[in-house]
Amino acid sequence: MTDLSRVSSAPGSPPGTDARPATRGPARGPVRGPARPRVPAMPVAGVVLLLSMLAALLVGAAGIAPQKVMLQLLDWLPFVSADTGLEPVERGLLFELRLPRVLLAAVVGGLLASAGAAYQGVFRNPLADPYLLGAAAGAGLTTTAAIVFMKGENSALLIPAAAFAGAVGGVLMSYGLGNVAGRHGGTSTLVLAGVAVSSFLTAVQTFLQQLGVEELRRIYAWILGDVGGGWSQLRLVAPYAVVSVALMLAHGRLLDVLSVGDDEAASLGLNVARVRLLVLLAASLATASAVAVSGLIGFVGIVVPHMARRLAGGSYRVVLPFSLLGGAAFLVLADLIARTVLAPAELPIGVVTAFVGAPFFVAVLRVTREVGT
Amino acid sequence: MRDLSVVRETRTVLSGVGFEVRDGGWLAVIGANGAGKSTLLKALAGVLPHTGEVLLDGVPARLLGRRERARLVAYAPQAPALPADMTVFGYALLGRTPYIPYLGREGRADREVTASVLERLDLSPLASRPLGRLSGGERQRVVLARALVQQAPVLLLDEPTTALDLGHQQQVLELVDRLRLADGLTVVTTLHDLGLAGRYADTMMLVADGGVAAAGTPAEVLTEALIREHFDARVRVATGADGRPEVRLERP
Repeated sequence: MTDLSRVSSAPGSPPGTDARPATRGPARGPVRGPARPRVPAMPVAGVVLLLSMLAALLVGAAGIAPQKVMLQLLDWLPFVSADTGLEPVERGLLFELRLPRVLLAAVVGGLLASAGAAYQGVFRNPLADPYLLGAAAGAGLTTTAAIVFMKGENSALLIPAAAFAGAVGGVLMSYGLGNVAGRHGGTSTLVLAGVAVSSFLTAVQTFLQQLGVEELRRIYAWILGDVGGGWSQLRLVAPYAVVSVALMLAHGRLLDVLSVGDDEAASLGLNVARVRLLVLLAASLATASAVAVSGLIGFVGIVVPHMARRLAGGSYRVVLPFSLLGGAAFLVLADLIARTVLAPAELPIGVVTAFVGAPFFVAVLRVTREVGT
Repeated sequence: MRDLSVVRETRTVLSGVGFEVRDGGWLAVIGANGAGKSTLLKALAGVLPHTGEVLLDGVPARLLGRRERARLVAYAPQAPALPADMTVFGYALLGRTPYIPYLGREGRADREVTASVLERLDLSPLASRPLGRLSGGERQRVVLARALVQQAPVLLLDEPTTALDLGHQQQVLELVDRLRLADGLTVVTTLHDLGLAGRYADTMMLVADGGVAAAGTPAEVLTEALIREHFDARVRVATGADGRPEVRLERP
């Protein structure tokens, strides 16, 4: 009886004093962690990412011999020196084109996938992704406006800021409309609101696009997605990426708390509105910066978090970092396919991700319906 | 000794409700569908805006911080959201949230408290099972475990027996009663089953028309006249062997 009473006694005392000694009672296994992954998810995802980046560096339209690329990569490592036998042109191509391209694909993929996971946690809706909630449509509209109205080189500098404002605006419109139209927290209303806002913003964007037909090629190239922006785009996206990813990863546990419902989360002492707002801002920042440097790349934000849940369990503490690594690997491979299938011509990367993503999306819908949740 | 008193005024649902629960007691809130039982519990839990005052051990709850309050009052809603992929241990561990700093993580002590609560509720074998693969009775126990992990002296349970068969209803309520007696918990439940409410609670409160229609011992609240008036039901109330009222439905 004394043991029993200790479990829920003295609320003000430090938690440590309430815990029963581990030696008491029938033999018990070691204290288990929350949602222990069924596979060692993080190392596997890390290795997969490294391998896909390596593959993407080795293969390309220029036809540089893979073993020479390997040697060159070793040469770039600190304290390693290797005679690569690469022509300066080839080395330049590797460093100025292929390497930043692979890195940008990884960064954009990681941002989109972790943002998707974060949106799903904030809205408690497994089908939420940056696109369904209007972030990408908003960014598309403002970026098109920047290209059309700020002709010339100035627009390139404005695009990140325009995309960010558009992404945040799109999400806020969806969220606001969802709250007005449905009961607070009704997630299906939210998805409908996102669809409506996205359609509306896309319509306005199409209208603007028709006003600036001479910029059509540039707009289309941006919309279909491109991770060939080089080091300058990488430098541009890096600070936003670091801040937004750090914020999202830090909120993993709180997204778990949020997943049990607003009332319960509040009764656990959580400021639900503040957590929502912070994660929403971080995810929108991630989406906006990804969209700004790569255009509209679909499905990464929904495909990868779902794979993460299947492979690594339901806790956002695992789903978020796993999505980050998995999304990076997914987009690096998608870009590899995009530039090799029709080589030397390139497929837009958005086409490749949608080609893989759309059937997967249907499968997810089927499975969630069968489970009946 | 902690007394809990609530005065709550909202425009529609409830107004001017005042009551007190003695330390270590069990108050059952009863009332017809839509009378505001759940609303009342949410106000006590501090998750609904309300006027009036909730006193915890004489201290107004509004003076407490969110986390501070969550260490005093644990709340289990009527239809808790149980994420299908989350494990039983992971879910129960969320109950430690009021003890963990905003962006912090659980320590060893938090895990030990959680593990001991799971063991106490015979849930240890299910610790690593996803919530989506639990039976109704197991789910209810897991929700109870999450609330107990909070180590709060006040336990608010909104219809803890919803969707459970007779045997599991009995199991859950017996468990709550055992925990209450062992730990000196103060329990407030809403219960739509008057028979169960009369059997387990030591005080009862009938909520109707946005206020308290009756309060007192089960024998004082469960009367044929009150039940006919507020539930529109014809029942026969007898006194059982233990002195508690027994409610039986009558065919008109």
